Amino acid sequence: MIGTTHHAILDDPEFKELAQQKNKVSLILTVVELVLYFGFIGLIAYNKPFLAQKLEGSAITYGIPIAVGVIILSWILTGIYIFWANSVYDEKVKRIKNRFKG
Amino acid sequence: MPTQQVPQTVIGTLNPVAILCFFLFVLATLGITFWAAKKTKTASQFYAAGGGITGFQNGLALAGDYMSAASFLGIAGLVSTKGYDGLIYSVGWLVGWPIVMFLISEPLRNLGKFTFSDVVAFRLKQKPIKTAAAMGSLVTVLFYLTAQMVGAGTLIKLMFGLPYESALFIVGGLMISYVLFGGMLATTWVQIIKAVLLLGGATLLVILTLSQVGWSYGELFQRAATKYTPQFLEPGGLVSNPLDAFSLGLALMFGTAGLPHILMRFYTVPDAREARKSVFYATGFIGYFYILTVTIGFGAAVLVGKDIIMAIDKGGNMAAMILAENLGGSLLLGFLAAVAFATILAVVAGLTLAGASALSHDLYVGVFRSGRANEKEEMKVAKAATIGLGITAVLLGLLFKGQNVAFMVGLAFAVAASANFPALLLSIVWKRFTTAGAVTSIFTGMIVAVTLILLSPTVYVDVMQAGPKKAQTAAEEKVTDIEKALKAADITPADKTAKEAELTAAKAEAANKKAAVKPAPFPMKNPGVFSMGLSFLLGILVSLMKREKEAEELFESEKIRTYIGIGAEGASKH
Repeated sequence: MIGTTHHAILDDPEFKELAQQKNKVSLILTVVELVLYFGFIGLIAYNKPFLAQKLEGSAITYGIPIAVGVIILSWILTGIYIFWANSVYDEKVKRIKNRFKG
Repeated sequence: MPTQQVPQTVIGTLNPVAILCFFLFVLATLGITFWAAKKTKTASQFYAAGGGITGFQNGLALAGDYMSAASFLGIAGLVSTKGYDGLIYSVGWLVGWPIVMFLISEPLRNLGKFTFSDVVAFRLKQKPIKTAAAMGSLVTVLFYLTAQMVGAGTLIKLMFGLPYESALFIVGGLMISYVLFGGMLATTWVQIIKAVLLLGGATLLVILTLSQVGWSYGELFQRAATKYTPQFLEPGGLVSNPLDAFSLGLALMFGTAGLPHILMRFYTVPDAREARKSVFYATGFIGYFYILTVTIGFGAAVLVGKDIIMAIDKGGNMAAMILAENLGGSLLLGFLAAVAFATILAVVAGLTLAGASALSHDLYVGVFRSGRANEKEEMKVAKAATIGLGITAVLLGLLFKGQNVAFMVGLAFAVAASANFPALLLSIVWKRFTTAGAVTSIFTGMIVAVTLILLSPTVYVDVMQAGPKKAQTAAEEKVTDIEKALKAADITPADKTAKEAELTAAKAEAANKKAAVKPAPFPMKNPGVFSMGLSFLLGILVSLMKREKEAEELFESEKIRTYIGIGAEGASKH
C-alpha cells in the first residue's frame, strides 16, 4: 500500500468524496450537539421563567424533561452517526479497498 | 424552631455486608489481574490490552472509567440538597461524549498507538510535541488523581469508619497491583465489573424509590414540590452569570474529549469501527446512569429529607447511601458502599495507567530515547512509572487530607479542554497546524487554565481564605436569622427594639468580615472560555506565522490512514 497505490487512492474521486462526506456528517452532528447543549445553557442563563413553567396538572417543570431530553437526544445523535457510518461509510471504504486491491 | 430529627443510621460503622461484598470484589479483581498478568508481556498488551477488547466491552469500560464515585454520590447529593441545579451538572457531564465520537474517536484510533500524544506528534516533530503533550496529560491526571484520592479517603472513612490513611494505602496498593501486573487488560475488566455493579446497584435503588411513589415520576416530583417549594424543581442560583455558565459548559463538554485516560481506551479495540461503537455504548450507559442518579437524588430529598442528609454530611454526599439504608436496610447499604469503593478503584487504576504511559511511552521512549527503545526497556520503565505514580497519588492524598479539593476535578477538566483538546483536534483537522503552534497551544491552555483557577473565587477565596470566608458566611447567616425573628408575628415591642439593636450590630459585623475577605482577582469560577479560546487562538496564529512543509505533506498522505484505517496500529495483529 505504498508508492503508486497510495497516490492513486489519494487522487481517487471516490476517496475524495468519502473524506468530504465524513467531514460534513461529523461537522453537522457536532453543530447539532453544540446547539442542543448551549441552547439548554442559554435557557438557564437567560430564560429561567420558561424552564420554571409547569406541565399541565403536574408539579414537573419544563426544565426537567428538557434536561433529560438533552441527555437522550445526545445519545440518539451518537446512534445516528453509528447508523450512517455502518451503512454508508463502511460500505464505501470496503468498495475503495477492494478496487485498489485488485 | 422544631427540634432537629436525629438521624438513625449505621453509616460510618463497620458493615459486615459491605466488607463481604468488598472482599468478593477484591478477590475477583485480583484473580483477573493474575489471569491478565500472563497475557501482559508486550508494551501493546500493557498499554492497550493488545487491542483485543470489543466495542461493547470498551463501552462498558469507558463508562466504568468515567462514572466516578464523585459523580454518583456527588450528583445525587447535589440534587437532593439543591434540586434542579444538580440536574444541570449531570447534563454537562454527558454532552462531551457525542463530541468524542464525531470528532475524535476514529482518527484517534487510526493515527495513534497508545496515547493521544501519538496523534498530535504523528506528523509534527516528535520531541517537542511529546514533551508538551505528556505534560498536558500528567497535569490533567495528577489533578484528577488527587481529587479522587482525597475523595476516596474521606468517603471510605465516612462509610466504613476506616481511618483516612488506611483507606489511602488500601486504594493505592490495589490500584498499583492491577496496573503493574495486569496492565490495561486487568484495568479494563476492573472497570467493566465496576460499571455493571454500579449500574445494577443504581437501577435497584431507583426501582425501590419508584415503588414508594406509586411507580410515578409525577408523584415523586409532586411530593418534592410539596415537601420543599416549587422552586426546588426550577433552575436556581447555581448558574447565575451567563458567561460563567457558558465557560463551565465548554470545560465539561470539551474536557471529556481531552481526558488522557479516556482517550487511551480507544487503543484497546481492534479498529475505528469498534472505537465508534464503544462511544455509542458508553454514551448510552453514562446517560442512563445520570438519569438514575438524578432520580436517586430527588428520591432521597423526598423519602429521607434534606435536613437528615445534610446532618450526616454537609455537602449531601451520603444522600444515595442514606436512601439505600432507608429502602433496603443495611444489606443494600453495604452492597452500595462496596460498589462505591470499587468505583474509586476502577477510576484511579485508569488514571494511573494513563499517567504511567505519558511518562514511559511519551516522555521516556518518545523524548529521551528518540522513539528507539526496545520492548523490554519500555515495559520496565512503564512499570517503574506505575509504581512511582501510585506512590505519588497516595502521598498527594496524605498531603491534601482535609482540604477542599473539589475544584481539582474542575481544574482537570479545564486543563483537558484547554491544553489537550485544541492541539488534538487541530492536528487531526487542520493541514497548516505546525509543531510550534501545537506546543504554544498546549502550554497556553495549561498555564492560563491553572493560573485563572488559582485566581478565581473557588480557590482564591474559598480555599486560600477559608477561615475569613467562613466567618463572613456565619456573620451573614446571623443577620438573616435576626431578620427572620423580627418578621415573626408574635414579637413583642420590647423584643423588637432589642432585636433591632442586635441587627445593626450583626450587620456591622458582617460588613467587617466581608471587608476582611480579599476579592478574587479573576471574578469567574470557570476559566474555560478564556483558556480554551486563547489556546486555539495562539495555536492557530503561531501556525500561520511559519509554515511547516513536511507536516503539510504528511497531512495529505495520512488521509488514507485517517479515513480508511490502512496502516493503523494493530489492525492486523489478531
